[in-house]
Amino acid sequence: MNKTKKIEAFFFVLRDLCAIGIALLISLILIFAVSQDGWGAFRLFLFGPLQTVSRMGYIVEKMIPLMFTGVGVCLMVRCGQMNMGSEGAFYLGGVACAAAAIKIALPAGIHPLVCMLAAGVVGALACGVTAVLHTKFHALTIVTSLMMNYICLYLGQYFINHPLWDSMSGYQASFKYAQTALLPKLFSRTNIHAGLFAAVAVVILGHILLEKSTFGYRIKMVGTNLHFARYSGINVTATIIICELIGGFLAGFGGAVEQLGMYKRFEYSGLSGHGFDGVMIAVIAGNNPKYIPLAALFLAYVRVGAEAMARMSDVPPELVSIVQSVVIMLVVAEKFLAGWKHRVIAKQSMKDLALTEVK
Amino acid sequence: MEQEYVLSMQNITKIYKDGFVANKNIDFSVRKGDIHGLVGENGAGKSTLMKVLFGQELPETGKIFFKGEEVNISSPLAALKLGIGMVHQHFMLVPSLTVAENMVFGMEPTKGGLFDFKEAVRLTEEVAQKYGLPIDPNMKIRDLYVGQKQRVEILKMLLRNVEVLILDEPTAVLTPQETQELFVQLVKLKEQGYTIIFISHKLGEIKQICDRLTVLRDGCSIQTVDVDSVTEQDISRMMVGRNAVNSLVKTPPKIGQVKLRVKRLNYFNGFGKHVLQNVSFQVRGGEILGIAGIEGNGQREISEMITGIDSIQSGEILVNGTCVKGKSVREIREMGVAHISEDRMTYGAAAEASIEQNLISDRFYKKQYQRGQILNKKVIQRTSRELIKSFTIKCDGGSAPVKTLSGGNIQKVVAAREFSQSPQVMVANQPTRGIDVGASELIREKLIALRDEGAAVLLISADMGELREVSDSLIVLCNGKIVAYFETVEGLSENELGEYMLGLKEQTPEEIGRCFQ
Repeated sequence: MNKTKKIEAFFFVLRDLCAIGIALLISLILIFAVSQDGWGAFRLFLFGPLQTVSRMGYIVEKMIPLMFTGVGVCLMVRCGQMNMGSEGAFYLGGVACAAAAIKIALPAGIHPLVCMLAAGVVGALACGVTAVLHTKFHALTIVTSLMMNYICLYLGQYFINHPLWDSMSGYQASFKYAQTALLPKLFSRTNIHAGLFAAVAVVILGHILLEKSTFGYRIKMVGTNLHFARYSGINVTATIIICELIGGFLAGFGGAVEQLGMYKRFEYSGLSGHGFDGVMIAVIAGNNPKYIPLAALFLAYVRVGAEAMARMSDVPPELVSIVQSVVIMLVVAEKFLAGWKHRVIAKQSMKDLALTEVK
Repeated sequence: MEQEYVLSMQNITKIYKDGFVANKNIDFSVRKGDIHGLVGENGAGKSTLMKVLFGQELPETGKIFFKGEEVNISSPLAALKLGIGMVHQHFMLVPSLTVAENMVFGMEPTKGGLFDFKEAVRLTEEVAQKYGLPIDPNMKIRDLYVGQKQRVEILKMLLRNVEVLILDEPTAVLTPQETQELFVQLVKLKEQGYTIIFISHKLGEIKQICDRLTVLRDGCSIQTVDVDSVTEQDISRMMVGRNAVNSLVKTPPKIGQVKLRVKRLNYFNGFGKHVLQNVSFQVRGGEILGIAGIEGNGQREISEMITGIDSIQSGEILVNGTCVKGKSVREIREMGVAHISEDRMTYGAAAEASIEQNLISDRFYKKQYQRGQILNKKVIQRTSRELIKSFTIKCDGGSAPVKTLSGGNIQKVVAAREFSQSPQVMVANQPTRGIDVGASELIREKLIALRDEGAAVLLISADMGELREVSDSLIVLCNGKIVAYFETVEGLSENELGEYMLGLKEQTPEEIGRCFQ
């Protein structure tokens, strides 16, 4: 690795850490502004998640679905596609999973797999529509994918409110899932479920796909310079479509894992936000699947801390949204610390220069 | 001493954000009323130094004095305010707008809060008349000739009352005739007291028009001298740091079978313009056919249709007797067609990707480069190392991003990829444009070596010296038509070629027809 690259990598990490530090500082100020017991609330926010086993469980539970959508978004963004459809794919995947978990009778080992596959396929279609519209008709990916989210939402609501609606539940919810479909819990006193294995596998496979595989090479070349890819003989259209199908598949699959691991019936009354969270952690992770668990950990930790603080102090949980936003803004701000970075690189070059001249 | 200079840059160092040192402690001073040449190979730091002067780049160290006072030029706006203007190599004009509209950008005259087009026309006519550079203010930029566009750029600066005018390689895009016309204009401006900084690497031009010159090499200022006191050989030696380059060794061609046949090619672009009109030619194995012409006369379309990037509208292209119509880029490449694109940074290379990734983009899917579905890192690294060595690519290892290389080395990466699959047909579109002498020489040598191995080479170029030196036979393209065919380039003068390129002369259909029997 050459020196400039090393400096760039160092600053990538530094920028994330600084962003998080500044965001925490701002939250500290906000907490003191609204709270009677500022230090107490801040301590809850910062250390609360580690104080009980169940809170530590919450962190992992929240991380699981984010790892699916996060890796999916990484793949799509590296292919140059700002596809926001993970949100709808996650939701509609959950609905497809609910249908399979309610309507199909299968033995325990196979049932969750079938539910997840069904959800994955539906999720792939949700993102695939955007990909086809983009490659065939040059529709803007970000616009169509956001619109697709509404289509997914209302299509899903139709199924939940009509064919799958349990009128005995007393609210907008589906029938209960078959016992055979549910994912087993791994630890007592927490809700951490077997979906964790799938999430870890997705991160590893995502990393291999993107960094080691032939198809990953295609994705990266299309993403970094589409014209170059076409000129070199890479089928750009197919690459984009397949990539977004995979991204959607992961989101839908994640939706199913969340349903079967955390719920007994489908209860979402709207979009769950997991897809957009996926975009957020992909940004923090620099679109590298291997950093997705860390980014997901950060987001889950902050959220659990905020919930603990909201429950046990006088600080409202909205605060956590502000913290998140500040982090994202600083992380995506490419010029943040750019001046410093430039000076370090310049200094390094001057030093190299002096060395070569001595030789 | 200081008063003598209208402009003086001291101790300028500029380092780009990838760590590339473009300028090292450069001192550069210009006398009032001079045409001052700034010469050096590509990548020597000429453009960077001028961008610093024009406020487009901020230097790491250094001071700039203008009319004896230290100034801080933080943006092009600040430079213009001081009276320093720049005409870029690539024109900064909006093609779909009129000359008058382009002229007043950023200083639009208004009437009642609305844009006053009439006033813009009046201002344009006034400044055009004042300096004797006539132009029609109502013409759309896209309908102008290159020379006229350049005139608009110069007038734009004059309208902003600049006193120092920087011209970045103004003649690179001009024919010999247009160049002479530009020189007349520049001398006129000089007589009116303007100071002109003239960037070029063409020594003849420097000798003809400049009073003094400064030579840059590898980001350092080598020397500033009076033009009259040096010969072209002296300047060349200062630029390259060694004695003049050897000319190419070329044996007579051993002509073989026809490998590339282009038949009655027609092409209409998105605006309905007839870009190619009945273009037919053929290239035989062991032959280099040059295509001369000013850029934008259909060269790009020809090369993109042969290589499958653009689809064929009407006409036929045959590679070794097989029609390429409807075939994908990869299928055409597998037929043995290689392509050096004119647009290095858009098509030829992926700037953010590593050298290795750039070198395998046309072959990564082949068996030897992967194991299962996983790329075979070892083989890729070995291949890259070999190519980096045999094409003398100056770099910090194969994993360095291409964007950290100089223009010439980036083009070497492109060439290394395209030459290394032993192609049957090579389409080289402006393969040496904007790169240093060393890299140009290497690429020209490789083209000739490929021809000697029996491949058909199509060399599209705007560099007349290169065409005469490298090609065996030559066609000239003007406005999408072939206007001349020369069976041999011997005895062909640049002036004659220029006349065909400008459309002043045209051969008879019979003469042209000889390039396609």
